[in-house]
Amino acid sequence: MTSTDLGMPTVAPDDVGFLRGTESFPVAAHRALADTQLRRNLGHATRTIRGKRARVVAEVPDWEELRRAGEAIKADTMARLPELLEQLEEAVTARGGVVHWARDAGEANAIVASLVREAGADEVVKVKSIATQEIGLNEALAEQGITATETDLAELIVQLSDDRPSHFLVPAIHRNRSEIRDIFLRALPGVDPDLTDEPRRLAMAARAHLRRKFLSARVGISGANFAAADTGTISVVESEGNGRMCLTLPDTLITVMGVEKVVPRWSDMEVFLQLLPRSSTAERMNPYTSTWSGVTPGDGPQAFHLVLLDNGRSNVLADEQGRAALHCIRCSACLNVCPVYERAGGHAYGSVYPGPIGAVLSPQLTGISGPDDPNASLPYASSLCGACFDACPVRIDIPNLLVQQRAASIASHRTPTAQDVAMRTVAAAMVSPARFRAAERVLGLGRFAGRSGRIRFLPYPGSQWTSARDMPTPPPETFRQWWKRTRGAGS
Amino acid sequence: MVEADAGRWVVTAREEVLARLRAARDAGAPRGGVPPTPREYRRSGTLAPGSVEVVGRLTETLTDYKATVYRVADEDDVSAAVARVLEDAGATTFVAPPGLPARWLGEVTARVRPDEPPLSVARLDEVDAVVTGAAVAIADTGTFVLDASAPDQGRRAISLVPDHHVCVIRAADVVSSVPEALARLDPSHPLTFVSGPSATSDIELDRVEGVHGPRRLDVVLVGPM
Repeated sequence: MTSTDLGMPTVAPDDVGFLRGTESFPVAAHRALADTQLRRNLGHATRTIRGKRARVVAEVPDWEELRRAGEAIKADTMARLPELLEQLEEAVTARGGVVHWARDAGEANAIVASLVREAGADEVVKVKSIATQEIGLNEALAEQGITATETDLAELIVQLSDDRPSHFLVPAIHRNRSEIRDIFLRALPGVDPDLTDEPRRLAMAARAHLRRKFLSARVGISGANFAAADTGTISVVESEGNGRMCLTLPDTLITVMGVEKVVPRWSDMEVFLQLLPRSSTAERMNPYTSTWSGVTPGDGPQAFHLVLLDNGRSNVLADEQGRAALHCIRCSACLNVCPVYERAGGHAYGSVYPGPIGAVLSPQLTGISGPDDPNASLPYASSLCGACFDACPVRIDIPNLLVQQRAASIASHRTPTAQDVAMRTVAAAMVSPARFRAAERVLGLGRFAGRSGRIRFLPYPGSQWTSARDMPTPPPETFRQWWKRTRGAGS
Repeated sequence: MVEADAGRWVVTAREEVLARLRAARDAGAPRGGVPPTPREYRRSGTLAPGSVEVVGRLTETLTDYKATVYRVADEDDVSAAVARVLEDAGATTFVAPPGLPARWLGEVTARVRPDEPPLSVARLDEVDAVVTGAAVAIADTGTFVLDASAPDQGRRAISLVPDHHVCVIRAADVVSSVPEALARLDPSHPLTFVSGPSATSDIELDRVEGVHGPRRLDVVLVGPM
């Protein structure tokens, strides 16, 4: 580290963790779109959840007022993030917890690994936590000889099939019940060979597999949904009870939390405990929410460690508009309503943060290194239809952030790309009516049309458009030509 | 905190993260500042706490999430209801927190295992059920909250490991909305918000009841009907 970068907002390092895929979104999406099973699974799951969410949100007459409160609490949090974190640290410490700070993924992994070793354990049970996926914690622990067992059902499915998560709430959303049965039959030790694909039977198989691990676990690892700065109270919102098991039964609990998860007051939970469950699982309330402050003698883990993680968040915070991406409470409502996510699925985004929010969060966390950076393609994974903003429980203006990140993506180009050339050409043509008229006359695109009447290939730089989408053949006469001829009389 | 280390300055992660965040806080500060948080949402419920109506609504929302609700008029009737739900489930042993009212158990024939001294996890795994009270219940959402520091609710493990949870809720502790419930709770105590038996939506985003937490949830609601 040099003295000049001390204290400057910093992007997440590239060498550890899963914030960036290896190929651009269009390339990855092309492959995903060819997988008809994947599209069927995603279509079914997102359709189910959209209908349920609409019903439970309609039950709440003050939903808009709650959204506005949620938005404002998060904006207030960002405006005084360092102060709130110091307050949180003081409150957690006063109640017997130990607070650690991590500049990046590598540092957070090292802290957790050494805490696990200090506890004398070589096995840990984990509650689903996207922050620990972001930093590649399981892989880092494995390198140290520590086995991490995911206990959320969908995470277990992902782990057993050596797969990657594709959704915040349901990391195995891309798998249907019969695929899950096959994974269990293949990878779950001691599983009943007559296991059917009935969801209840599958859930019971996971229960049987994990129960002994829970009852004997010495170290639990969790993320955090919220942390109240005034009282030091951490909250974990879950469904299955695996969270309660990991938070209650081990002797040592390690919670890894992105710095943006702090909220100013415990009473702010009255807003988020209404917004989050209805937006994520479309329930009035999720089955279990656990809250705790430090260590409670005689109850639960007697050692509690809170790891506060930057890993690029300071870089996001430094942007006046972009920092709204840190408001995200990871409900996944924007994924479920997004026409692009529904078809391409979460893996196409490369990062552990998929969907519309991921498309604006990931490139800000990592920064965009140039036109070939896979994350530079994410802000284009959208039709800007606006459904994500309508669904967002904390009113993040994702379409606006997508446009802003497109600008950032272009600003990273050291030399113009084909798309830049194409866009500049269009911009030049649209500057004046006379130029536009001239451009229309020379367009003559009909000669590229196939028998379907759609254009599937254009020469460079138009190929940048047609590599990803067809283009309808322009009509023989433009609107302006028709108007000039008829003055609207032909309508 | 800057420490000298072998002749060069080492900055702690804490100081560096805070310095980065302070710089970012100022660099990205919204022009015109942050407006005060509008709190125009409902902070009190539509139904009065403890009312016949709010208890009726709680019964509906609990039932929606697959808890079974037994209504009794007053505390003298609790022990008969608890006895019946334990018997129906075939439970022969149950754990009780140290401060569970004795009158709730008068007619219960199943054997009680007091959590005093605290039972080991392995022993908890052998008992059939747990009987607790609750700190507060939320009618809008079908939720009750366990306060681990309350003598009739007990430490978190006892309401987690046994597979059948019987929770006794007094009408006076039933409120309509989430904000009313939070105002009654102490965040320094470990709290568990429970809405139905454990469940998962992880297979095709459809809810299935019964995973790691208690698979059977019975609620005895005490109050005027």
